[in-house]
Amino acid sequence: MSELAAILICLFGGLTGGLVGVGGGVLFVPALTVFIGLTQVEAESTSLLMIVVVAIAGAYRQNGYGNVRLREALIVGALSPLGVLVGVALANQISERALQLSFAALALFMAVQLVRRARTA
Amino acid sequence: MSEVAGSIGPTSSDTPDHALWKLAAIGTLAGVFSGLFGVGGGTIIVPLLIFWFGYGERLATGTSLAAIVIIGLLGALAQGGIYGNVHLATGLLLAIPAVVGVILGTAIQQRIPQRAVSYLFALLLVAIAVELILS
Repeated sequence: MSELAAILICLFGGLTGGLVGVGGGVLFVPALTVFIGLTQVEAESTSLLMIVVVAIAGAYRQNGYGNVRLREALIVGALSPLGVLVGVALANQISERALQLSFAALALFMAVQLVRRARTA
Repeated sequence: MSEVAGSIGPTSSDTPDHALWKLAAIGTLAGVFSGLFGVGGGTIIVPLLIFWFGYGERLATGTSLAAIVIIGLLGALAQGGIYGNVHLATGLLLAIPAVVGVILGTAIQQRIPQRAVSYLFALLLVAIAVELILS
């Protein structure tokens, strides 16, 4: 039964990814820890693999719909490892709680901006 | 919204160099958040492409997915190659329903208003914020 739950959550994760352009890791990670029994690190790593497969399928479809700027995507993707290094360094300097709260604040700020922009568009 | 998909060139205040720096900033920020929270960079990439480049929602989400291919690949290679934490068979099996989901999701996205995508994205951001605050 727990495998079925994991399958359904991953289906929903992919659906969310396709709808809003994210990888779906937000849902894959809990599916892998709670229903498959992986550790957090194993789940995050395995989720990354799933994200790659999902993103390839999603980007391929979106490209067919004419919704991909390949050059821009390459620049953004290629520079991310630099950010990962900064992120890891930051994580060792600042408390995890402070990081969580600051990202939560940023997420809420962006949510408000998106809604305001969509309402006036 | 007057933005026409396919014509988001640099504006007078947005030189190509300037645009390149902003793209570099988006990539770096996506990496930072990916490294910090284990979330794909999409939560950062999509809003910033919309705010900073005036992309429509479909173009922003499509371009984000293409960028995530690279970000995820580098991350998975590092985790799988260096640390051996990737469960290959489990990941590939569960990727099957996830791929069905993403194909459905992108198809649905073409049929709903672009602003609905923004609202859905805002909802996702609020859910992430709540999870981070409660954790």
